[in-house]
Amino acid sequence: MESRRVTKTLEDQWMVERQVREIYDYFYSIPPNSQSVILELQRDKHFGYLTRGLTKLGPSFSVLDANRPWLCYWTLHSIALLGESIDAKLENDAIDFLTRCQDKDGGYGGGPGQMPHLATTYAAVNSLITLGGPKALSSINREKLYTFLLQMKDTSGGFRMHDGGEVDVRACYTAISVASILNIVDDELIHGVGNYILSCQTYEGGIAGEPGAEAHGGYTFCGLAAMILINEVNRLDLPRLIDWVVFRQGVEGGFQGRTNKLVDGCYSFWQGAVAFLIQRLNLVVREQLGLSNDLGTESADDSSDSELSAEEEHLEGTSSHVQETCPHGKEGQENASDTIKIADTGYEFINRPIAMQPLFDSLYLQQYVLLCSQMDGGFRDKPGKGRDHYHTCYCLSGLSIAQYSWTDEADSPPLPRDVFGPYSRNLLEQVHPLFNVELDRYYEARKFFSCL
Amino acid sequence: MDYFRAIYLANERSPRSLQLTAEAIQLNPGNYTVWQFRRVVLEALAVDLHEELKFVDRIAGDNSKNYQIWHHRRWLAEKLGADAVTNELEFTKKIFSQDAKNYHAWSHRQWVLQALGGWEDELAYCQQLLEDDIYNNSAWNQRYFVVTRSPLLGGLAAMRESEVKYTVQAIRASPENESPWRYLRGLYKNDTQSLVEDSQAASVLLDVLTSKNSHVHALSLLLDLLCHGFEPSQELRSAIDVLTPESCSPDLALTKRISSILEHADPTRVKYWNWRKSTTPVQSAQCQNTDRLANLSMQ
Repeated sequence: MESRRVTKTLEDQWMVERQVREIYDYFYSIPPNSQSVILELQRDKHFGYLTRGLTKLGPSFSVLDANRPWLCYWTLHSIALLGESIDAKLENDAIDFLTRCQDKDGGYGGGPGQMPHLATTYAAVNSLITLGGPKALSSINREKLYTFLLQMKDTSGGFRMHDGGEVDVRACYTAISVASILNIVDDELIHGVGNYILSCQTYEGGIAGEPGAEAHGGYTFCGLAAMILINEVNRLDLPRLIDWVVFRQGVEGGFQGRTNKLVDGCYSFWQGAVAFLIQRLNLVVREQLGLSNDLGTESADDSSDSELSAEEEHLEGTSSHVQETCPHGKEGQENASDTIKIADTGYEFINRPIAMQPLFDSLYLQQYVLLCSQMDGGFRDKPGKGRDHYHTCYCLSGLSIAQYSWTDEADSPPLPRDVFGPYSRNLLEQVHPLFNVELDRYYEARKFFSCL
Repeated sequence: MDYFRAIYLANERSPRSLQLTAEAIQLNPGNYTVWQFRRVVLEALAVDLHEELKFVDRIAGDNSKNYQIWHHRRWLAEKLGADAVTNELEFTKKIFSQDAKNYHAWSHRQWVLQALGGWEDELAYCQQLLEDDIYNNSAWNQRYFVVTRSPLLGGLAAMRESEVKYTVQAIRASPENESPWRYLRGLYKNDTQSLVEDSQAASVLLDVLTSKNSHVHALSLLLDLLCHGFEPSQELRSAIDVLTPESCSPDLALTKRISSILEHADPTRVKYWNWRKSTTPVQSAQCQNTDRLANLSMQ
């Protein structure tokens, strides 16, 4: 055999491994009580860093910036995960600011006066849901937003980011996520989306941004979540997707975005959430593996499969939940059975019993986020990098995903053994894994929009 | 910036507007509204687009990860047609010499090849990048793109044999490199049966499993092959016997034993291998089903 040659990929990888190993060696060399201290989530410092970021949304914001709704979302969502809230004035400022980003013909731009864009629309809608309350939620013009979404549909089946913009899997996810959470999704909107996303699943198993491109964590989350929301997830090759995503967790504990790339804290969410979603797809996965979904035929090590089959069966195609929260029902939906099928998949999904243990190492992921990404206020990609709001949002979201990955049902708290570090200090709020908004805010929004 | 907003709102398509968009873009190349308006103005004024390309090149300098610039380049290249091929392929090459895995640049290059052509040297280019860095998964992905989509090579069926040979060589050189293992499966996408029957695959498995190298990817592939009816040679069985931990009953099915070995060898994925153990059928009933799935996805 030829001897292995040192290449750039290896050099970069070894350097990161060295830095991470130093951190872990130190961690394991100190007594348990000191370990517990450095594992603590620095709540106050994170909250301080985040609120400082929010004040930048005030009147002095730069008109040039095309990313303000994102900054809003990253910050507000992070604060919500910490279980904190912001004062009424900041809240009002944020709602006013986002309202000024809303286009008169629907959708949200990157700042006031900018064209509407799907990514910033997703960020704005998730921000408003995270703020919660009638003022924030009713500020969204759903009818016009629906028109905007339809205008962004491309002949390929996918969506365009903005008028004249690029078509990719991110655009599909942001469009479907927004439509689904606002309860404006219908057949016309989802027509062809599944074909487009399917064409982006690569030979590696993950999903790429466009057909032919490389499998990537961010796009894999977007593609998988969108397929679940439109009820077509069974069309993806899930066993290969699972194999790909579990191999993205590296020796550092964190996830990398692509094969042979470096670990990055933000993939704690993108890849971690993919693994989390998979746990709720047990039935489809087993079907694709050619396994019977009857009980007790497998010598599985975890025999917690019981009672799931019967429960999951009734989930297929039914959606009685809309009626539950909205006693008068929705007019005109009686005949649109397909629409009903997709109308509430986001709710149905998180209420599925989870029949599968996490397939990734959830404690090791938490270790990476807490020891390698956490800074004195805010989070970073990896040691040696600086913090930013994007990484803070997705490190915290990933941390939450990892903490709740062993819980049996939505709304139940994790066991202490599943939370790395001091429990009450480190435990975050739970996210809705398809939309990445805090779960209670999601419930509030669902209730609000199901009656409109 | 106020001037830009004024001309944007007035929809003024003039040389003055073009100048103002240039200034606004220099201040923030991420402002997609300005870019989009610039395209409207460019079309209205019938500007020489080669000049526009120079403008984009100047902006691109520090912004190789900005969606807007790449989208604008694509729009320009589409307008310029075949004229743009050489320039765009060279431009992306220059990016890869700094950052060989730049996602936007790869997407752009793939789009140029598909929309405008220029496939002639692409396989050789992949070859060169992989010689520089055999772990560059983006180059492997591009290789797959070329092999499956180039109109000059006859498609995957025509290329498979030589590609398998190349991939197996890469695996032997560095068996812990995940990229060629995934590529090898990709060469047999929707046709696992042929991979099961491929003697080159069986032989590289044996070599890796009897070497001191990392066994994880080899075991993982072997596990999949066994699920699809692969009949392991006696030598391969002996290699697995050697690797099997003592705690494992020798009567256990081969697939279950391999999962157990992987649980030890690959502790980060212990839950995954444990799950594989619980979902691996004892015999190969799974084949038919995955083939059915393959047929579905090809429709």
